[in-house]
Amino acid sequence: MTKTLVWVEHDNASVKDATLSAVTAASQLGEVHLLVAGSGAAAVAEAAAKIAGVGKVHLADDAAYANALAENVAPLIVSLMESHDAFVAPSTSNGKNIAPRVAALLDVAQVSDILSVEGPKTFTRPTYAGNAIATVESSDAKLVVTVRGTAFAKAASEGGSGTVEAVSGSGDSGLSSFLGAEIAKSERPELTSAKVIVSGGRALKDSETFKQVIFPLADKLGAAVGASRAAVDAGYVPNDYQVGQTGKIVAPEVYIAVGISGAIQHLAGMKDSKTIIAINKDEDAPIFQVADVGLVADLFTAVPEITGKL
Amino acid sequence: MKILVPVKRVIDYNVKPRVKSDGTGVDLANVKMSMNPFDEIAVEEAIRLKEKGVATEIVAVSVGPAKAQETLRTALAMGADRAILVTTDDEVEPLAVAKILKGIVGEEAPGLVILGKQAIDDDSNQTGQMLAALLGRPQGTFASEVTVEGDSVTVKREVDGGLETVKLSLPAIVTTDLRLNEPRYASLPNIMKAKSKPLANKTPADYGVDTAPRLKTLKVTEPATRQAGVKVADVDALVAKIKELGIA
Repeated sequence: MTKTLVWVEHDNASVKDATLSAVTAASQLGEVHLLVAGSGAAAVAEAAAKIAGVGKVHLADDAAYANALAENVAPLIVSLMESHDAFVAPSTSNGKNIAPRVAALLDVAQVSDILSVEGPKTFTRPTYAGNAIATVESSDAKLVVTVRGTAFAKAASEGGSGTVEAVSGSGDSGLSSFLGAEIAKSERPELTSAKVIVSGGRALKDSETFKQVIFPLADKLGAAVGASRAAVDAGYVPNDYQVGQTGKIVAPEVYIAVGISGAIQHLAGMKDSKTIIAINKDEDAPIFQVADVGLVADLFTAVPEITGKL
Repeated sequence: MKILVPVKRVIDYNVKPRVKSDGTGVDLANVKMSMNPFDEIAVEEAIRLKEKGVATEIVAVSVGPAKAQETLRTALAMGADRAILVTTDDEVEPLAVAKILKGIVGEEAPGLVILGKQAIDDDSNQTGQMLAALLGRPQGTFASEVTVEGDSVTVKREVDGGLETVKLSLPAIVTTDLRLNEPRYASLPNIMKAKSKPLANKTPADYGVDTAPRLKTLKVTEPATRQAGVKVADVDALVAKIKELGIA
């Protein structure tokens, strides 16, 4: 039976939701074992052991693993892969950074961003910004895959009875060091796990207008805030708001696109949303071709009015 | 310091890809092809480092069909000094590309290799990380700022929660994200000049690399399409719809 090793996404304090989708994907391949690589991350390992269906939780606790530097964690994963058949990581920035380094060290072709497990070594994955879905079969002895979070249900975070086992690796490679992070703190839900998202585009004019128009509606709906690439490039909001082919992939219950024309790169990041609502003054905007509900209107008057009436 | 910039010829980002009716792939016949947008950012970053006096020479490299020469000429017109074309008509997976690049790095000994983080055709996001692994060198992926100081490079990275900064010892591999810079357009005189810049022709065999695919593509299909829904007349109708969804 295939033994999988799943990368646990965490911040040394708690398990991130992206892990749960990766666990579901891994469970379709075989036994699910986890890796918690971090520093002072014992509580994370304890929490991870409670995820439904989990077997062993490998805990590598070392200052060198605190910030998931690929140069340090890849050799650790490679050594653990001697006793596992598949390395499974969520398509988070850590997963995307680390998995290919592991794959190359194992001389394995990685399967990126899988949408489904079709067989022991067969997967579907999006290409061309999701405009072509490829079914691929690996011929390598071991597998390295990353998992698109929106394509798999989240495993239950409680109910499992995994066992935590300490492991150690070679620690600091001496190649790289972590200098710091600017992580925005927000009271709003996280973009990739929000039930409702309100996104703004270039039409929002500037940072101040974006805040004045989009934030009140988002807050009224308890929604996360997203943005098109154009809005991020123009500096209205930081990069972590970007939804699209190369930004975040989201699939909320409701996605409200405000002043977003609907370039294919943006659609690639949100077209699996359950209901799409679009507000745009251009009635020919491509966003209306995918929207369930559209309103052709000037957003500067319509959005505050909607916010007021909800 | 020399900088190596790998570039890929891909479908132009403004073209909507069409899946072939026989399900074998995407129809690229008579479709406009361009340099992968993230690779343009990589070329631009290398040029800026040269303009700052950090880099002395920029070598562009492409692995692909003979027509990838056009992509290399674009890089040369932007400001790269010379180019290497590793010609193959096969589809080369990221792992094999990384192996070829490793061979080129062995010959050229660049201080930095700057790549696009992902190609917009296969959307793999692997080659830079794989090259770093094969070389045993550090990687600064998804870069939004690159600063070279002495024997190290500081890379500000776009990550899920915002930005993080890492310091890498040189030589290092950097992959570009969207906000790193805005690539320049090549001027007509530079396009003319690019035609006489050196371009070396190689094959994967020159680097002893087997490009046989490890992943077999069984089929390629169109994604499920969404149908356009209704357009509502006014704000009140939209508010009613939102309330129907039970989110307000």
